[in-house]
Amino acid sequence: MTLILPRLVARERASLSMMIIAPFAALALAAFANFTLYLTLDVDPSAVFYALLIEPFTSWYAFSEVLLKTGPLLLIAQGLAIGFRAKVFNIGAEGQFILGAICASAIPVYAPQASGIWIWPSMLLLGALGGGAWAAITSFWRVRLNANEILVSLMLSLVAVQLLNYLLLGPWKDPMGFNFPQSVMFQYDAMVPTLLPGTRVNISLLFAVGLSLAAWVFMQRSFIGFKLQVGGLAPRAAAYAGFSQGGAIWMSLLIGGCAAGFAGAAEVAGPIGQLQRSISTGYGYAAIIVAYLGGLHPIGILLSSFFMAALYIGGDTAMVSADLPIAGVRVFQGSLLLSYLILATFVRHRLDWPRPSAEIKP
Amino acid sequence: MTAPLLSLRDVSKSYGQVHANRGVNLDVASHSIHAILGENGAGKSTLMKLIYGVEKPDSGQIMWQGKQLHLNAPGDARQLGIGMVFQHFSLFETLTVVENVSLVVPGDKKDLAQRITVLGAEFGLDVDPMAHVHTLSVGERQRVEIIRCLLTNPKLLILDEPTSVLPPQSVNRLFETLRKLAADGVSILFISHKLEEIRAICDHATILRAGQVVGNVDPRLHDASALATMMIGHDVPAPLAAKPISTGNKHLELIAVDHIHDDPFSVPLKQINLQVRAGEILGIAGVSGNGQSELAALISGEARLHGSEKQRIMMMSRDVTHLNPAARRHLGFAFVPEDRLGQGAVPEMSLTKNSLLTAHSKGLVRHGLIRMRQATAFAKACIATQDVRTPDEHAEAGALSGGNLQKFIIGREMMLAPKLLFVNQPTWGVDIGAATAIRQQLIALRNDGCAILVISEELDELFEVSDHIQVLNHGRLSARFKTVDTKPEEIGLHMIATGDAA
Amino acid sequence: MNAIEFILSGMLAAATPFLLAALGELVAERAGVLNLGVEGMMALGAALAFIVVYNGGGHFEGFIVAALGGIFVSLLFAFVALGLRANQVATGLAIGILGAGLSAFFGKSYESFTVTGLNQIQIPVLSNIPVVGGLFTQDCIVWLSLLASAGLWYMFAYTKIGLLLRAVGENPKAAQSIGYPVIAIRVGAVAFGGLMAGIAGAYASTVYTPLWADGMIAGRGWIAVALVVFGTWMVGRVFLGACLFGMLSLAGTVVQLTGLAIPSQLLASLPYLVTIIVLGIISSNRRLLKLNGIASLGETYER
Repeated sequence: MTLILPRLVARERASLSMMIIAPFAALALAAFANFTLYLTLDVDPSAVFYALLIEPFTSWYAFSEVLLKTGPLLLIAQGLAIGFRAKVFNIGAEGQFILGAICASAIPVYAPQASGIWIWPSMLLLGALGGGAWAAITSFWRVRLNANEILVSLMLSLVAVQLLNYLLLGPWKDPMGFNFPQSVMFQYDAMVPTLLPGTRVNISLLFAVGLSLAAWVFMQRSFIGFKLQVGGLAPRAAAYAGFSQGGAIWMSLLIGGCAAGFAGAAEVAGPIGQLQRSISTGYGYAAIIVAYLGGLHPIGILLSSFFMAALYIGGDTAMVSADLPIAGVRVFQGSLLLSYLILATFVRHRLDWPRPSAEIKP
Repeated sequence: MTAPLLSLRDVSKSYGQVHANRGVNLDVASHSIHAILGENGAGKSTLMKLIYGVEKPDSGQIMWQGKQLHLNAPGDARQLGIGMVFQHFSLFETLTVVENVSLVVPGDKKDLAQRITVLGAEFGLDVDPMAHVHTLSVGERQRVEIIRCLLTNPKLLILDEPTSVLPPQSVNRLFETLRKLAADGVSILFISHKLEEIRAICDHATILRAGQVVGNVDPRLHDASALATMMIGHDVPAPLAAKPISTGNKHLELIAVDHIHDDPFSVPLKQINLQVRAGEILGIAGVSGNGQSELAALISGEARLHGSEKQRIMMMSRDVTHLNPAARRHLGFAFVPEDRLGQGAVPEMSLTKNSLLTAHSKGLVRHGLIRMRQATAFAKACIATQDVRTPDEHAEAGALSGGNLQKFIIGREMMLAPKLLFVNQPTWGVDIGAATAIRQQLIALRNDGCAILVISEELDELFEVSDHIQVLNHGRLSARFKTVDTKPEEIGLHMIATGDAA
Repeated sequence: MNAIEFILSGMLAAATPFLLAALGELVAERAGVLNLGVEGMMALGAALAFIVVYNGGGHFEGFIVAALGGIFVSLLFAFVALGLRANQVATGLAIGILGAGLSAFFGKSYESFTVTGLNQIQIPVLSNIPVVGGLFTQDCIVWLSLLASAGLWYMFAYTKIGLLLRAVGENPKAAQSIGYPVIAIRVGAVAFGGLMAGIAGAYASTVYTPLWADGMIAGRGWIAVALVVFGTWMVGRVFLGACLFGMLSLAGTVVQLTGLAIPSQLLASLPYLVTIIVLGIISSNRRLLKLNGIASLGETYER
């Protein structure tokens, strides 16, 4: 007996409607998969989905927290997406985020008494530079030493976590902090000004949105963005045209690193207000999902980062209200990316069922 | 009368909208050398895939010795005694000859090695069974493919464009082998678009055009131009007459170039000297795999020479040794690469965006931003002047046929108004009409004073367009021959001369 | 026990999670598939095995369940990356995130619990030799992983399956045209990778450090992927690389023995830093990588 399977056939050109449908269909697919998982584990799926997908939008406070989480995810994902389109797989944004946070913290840690309007902008700048410098190591390894950037950037993330631990347990530990692994609380001038009164949302969100628009111009309109995309789609065509591959790698990683570093700085100089171990709840990895879910397109990423932020907030609520382990959010994120990749296949392919005529044999 | 070895009755196969084969009937007799003649895109390869079990027909029947066949995989075809020698060999470069053979033919290696040697001696297919395939020349690789097939004791051997990679002398040798095989009782399906070869060796020819059989003839009874007319449906246009050679400025000069690429499988180039003057076409002949792609990369700037005082590349009298491709283009250089999809064009991008690849300096970019209107206009102009068959300029490059994409790329490069044009394999896989048009354009450009360098595997083509020919063999370049004073056989001798003569 | 004896006796056990996972990835990569989800598959295997063993299921059952878990996730990868032709890098990352998430999800109520490891099997006579004797006192999984290395080495050097895997990895089109089912072979290779990663995780959580903690794989899956590059896709070299990382994992304890004052965070980073440095050294030899590399690695195969 022969199993009749549909064949994947390449489309003449990418399907725009499928491009738009894919993330939503992926959400449905991931929700379905997690639904079955919850059933097997005796978690009430309706309570989980209410908490994950509805509750973040039921109160002004919860909504403002979603906006707060959107900032870093948006920043990091925009940076990563530029690299991903150039097929430079920087998956070490987590480390670049941490380095950004560390570098930004240097100012309030070493000058806790300093005051002035210059402090928080300098921290953000220093953070971006720190993240960029961390990414530059990966870049050097890839361009000069031909090493795989995925492995190097990931290893550097693991090193960054240890570096953070070292600082918090050693030289940067708050002497008055009851031996907790955290730095001093930052002074007022080291904090990014609030954007929406009464919430923790600060003006770094404006930066993130502004940079998204810049990313749109860069990727859709600028010649450099075009060069990066050619390098990603057809490296040999880029070489033929004379677009420098090394340059594309450097640019991709530096943009990604600076954006992640900036996000890290905005996190310590914003909602957290000090350097501590839990500055990132996996933003660097979640941003990879955000970037793909947004179709690696600056506008799509605006939406997907907002959605992913809601998922974070919803996950916190679900932990309390539906007894969902916090890892449930990670499972949902992973299955969401996988579902998206499944559906994204149909942007460039369609299913071709074997025609009935082929089965009729004389 | 006995049933033919293989017959096809009303076989059709389509891919989406494209009808690759429509109602094909074919009978192959025993002991026959049977040609399948057709242009690029006529459906020859699809037909062979159906016969070899790689694809299944949508409708129709395939009969083997009078019995109906249902092939699910090439393995089934091999079991019956159908063997196939692919145009792009299905060999594994990192494995040895005997390992390659053992993937198809059962038996332990020692035994197989012996059988390879014996068979090779019998049919003039000698090759070292222990050699790694990447060390072999193209001709030797073809021998490996043929041996691999013969070891499965085929009754029918399919050869897909077997001579396209061979110099004239090796073609004769291949033909001797094929005649011997036919005499031993093996039928041969010989797929080609080269008319003289078919007339020389085949006793029967089935002619395909646009997926349909348009004729069944004995090719020995017709002359080449009659066959060509059957194949393409109308008369072959005549080549454009070239003006006498003028001696303009040297627009390209390679001086004492020695180069070893990072890639260990590449061919080192040794002491390459060449020059192309304005108003001249220089052709580089040679069997592929003798350093053509390495030389092309050096001239285009995709690969750069390692620092050394003596070796240099000059364009328009400027030293460009260390310049990248974009900088070389600024001096008036244009280049049509061998690979259209993935090198000459980005498959997933529209023709408009593909214009930007090399034509960005023609006013398509300002202040670092792409000017879409200008880019669109450029693409439209290119499509119109080159008669590129495409719905519009938004079509993705990957959706165009090979010939149409080649026309677009050549058009794009010509619109750069180059002083020096370098074309690598100008008409590979392009149908005859478009190929003739491309050659005519090259000659017209030369007559206008452009310096042109052409690399081609097709000797006929080089004899048609070039003023001078040099041969690339084992990474070395021969002396320069004036085309009118030489013959294909003489060039062929240089193509197969062994190793380090200089 | 001095430092050398300590390293010799502990090295192989510490190397085993790296070795098993790297051997599995080696087979997948040889067939041309880059599965970056090793870390996640290991984490899932570790959690599943721990749960089985903690609940009295026994080590053998634990390893079986972990292997099945690894195979399941790797088949998910195969469905998306090979069946649906999605980008292998992105799919691997998704699998990694999913596997790690699932392990934390399932393992949540077992945090910091412990189980007992496996008994040591001594090789008679050899294990009594002074200094190096410790090398010959290991648990059965270590011995099995050595056998697996030898077996895979033999497979690639002498068997048709090995030849076929190499062929499919070098030139899938050619393999298809001479009649081999490329996708099926690749799915098989990926499933083997999942099986090995699952076992590697199980070893880490139920034998090597028989304790469950979220994130306990700690980058070992990623190092395993790097080891395949270090070993330039050769079984013998991958084995040596795994031993090196086995030794490095012991560095912390050795330093305590010698009493040097090195920050523990630096010691914890050591495997990552060494990975970065060795990657730089090996990869900069472009000819070596090209000569031994897999031509179609990570490329989507469209029939």
